[in-house]
Amino acid sequence: MTIIQQALTWLNDPLNWTNSDGIIALLIQHLWISAAAVGIGCAVAWPVGIWLGHNGRGGGLTVGVSNLTRAIPTLALLSIFPLTFLGFGPWSAVVALAIFAIPPLFGNAVLGLREVDPSARDAAYGMGLSGWQVLWRVELPLAVPYLASGFRTAAVQVVATATLAALVGGPGLGAIISEGFGLGIASGGGQVLAGGLLVVLLCLVIEGLLVLAERAVTPRPLRRPRGRKARVALAR
Amino acid sequence: MSSLHGAPLHLLAAVTGDAGNPWFSWAYVRDNADTLTAALRQHVELTAVSVLIAVVVAVPLGVLAYRVSWLTGPILALSSVLYTIPSLGLFAVLAPFVGLYATTVVIGLVLYALLVIVRNTLTGLQQVPREVRDAARGMGYGRVGLLTRIELPLSLPSIMTGLRIATVSTVAMVTVGSIVGGYGGFGELILEGFRNNFYKAQIMTATIATVLLALVFDVVLAGIGRLVTPWANRRRA
Repeated sequence: MTIIQQALTWLNDPLNWTNSDGIIALLIQHLWISAAAVGIGCAVAWPVGIWLGHNGRGGGLTVGVSNLTRAIPTLALLSIFPLTFLGFGPWSAVVALAIFAIPPLFGNAVLGLREVDPSARDAAYGMGLSGWQVLWRVELPLAVPYLASGFRTAAVQVVATATLAALVGGPGLGAIISEGFGLGIASGGGQVLAGGLLVVLLCLVIEGLLVLAERAVTPRPLRRPRGRKARVALAR
Repeated sequence: MSSLHGAPLHLLAAVTGDAGNPWFSWAYVRDNADTLTAALRQHVELTAVSVLIAVVVAVPLGVLAYRVSWLTGPILALSSVLYTIPSLGLFAVLAPFVGLYATTVVIGLVLYALLVIVRNTLTGLQQVPREVRDAARGMGYGRVGLLTRIELPLSLPSIMTGLRIATVSTVAMVTVGSIVGGYGGFGELILEGFRNNFYKAQIMTATIATVLLALVFDVVLAGIGRLVTPWANRRRA
């Protein structure tokens, strides 16, 4: 039997889907830890990023935060956190993933607020709006494309890296892959491939859905022909 | 932000943690110097090979995306899709076919490093001022001369930025290669430490070593970047 046939056989076994540690259970786990991590990331990164961007600051911090987190291996934090007060269980994975969600969320929030056309801001102040009103009614709506793009980058990245949690006994779909590797390529190769394909598919689906969501939340006049600007945390 | 909070927590845990299994231990580093050196060597090799291959593939792709306008979209889209795929998923899909070799890890790492370098090459080329290009054409440069003597040198700062980002990410990502039985550099030690009764000193030493290695690579590449673009420094000064 070839590896591909093995993978298909594995995927075709209903028990592999419905077991208590089957694909469906792992998928649900994977999605909720990802959602929790992105939620925490937003709760931390957006208020700070929006405030700094509103005041025209935060550029240096963006670079610092993204450089620092880029150099730290996700696997390291996933291994270290369960051994701290966070303890074994899903929450140490959630916190580790949240840390990697912060740079794109923060960077795009700062950039989005800073990129607001100064004349729009001046006009709003000239019309008598207060600082809060300018933030809420002018700057934030104009920054939505950036916030949405940061959200998408962070979410896709978290869903992707959540796979690693299983390497250190954590939750999520990665368990299928790490279990397969544990069996050895000869007997677990099909399972490894099946797990890999599931994870890849999940990430592409999430990316696709979020691209649509990003378009939906972007105010119509701001929709520019696809993808030129934004996505700061990635390229620079 | 929280990563900054993280550090003091570890220190706290190190101070208050159980004496038998400390986070930091010089004794560990001394006793395992050979293991650490071997891990360092593997980590550096995997990173260097992957990044070099990525540059050799990505810069021409970036040039192609720039020169052939209908290829710009597909090339960027393809490399973004590759970037979206989780590293573990990629290794898992490759391993059954390629086998449990360093090749599997290198292929995965190369595919990851591609996007940033392609994108930054393209950005760099697009940023070359039109007047410069016109002037060069007026001086008789052909398509090839224009590319190799004018456009690529002027894109170097952007390409070098991409290279630095790709390298630092690659250093961090090599650790995931430990799933492919023995090709994860310091990641090997992290995973082994975790599975071996949570050997904290080993996990922490390997983590710090990875971060330091990323820093060293970054500083070296920044230095090379300054050397190959002396004009950019003069402007900065």
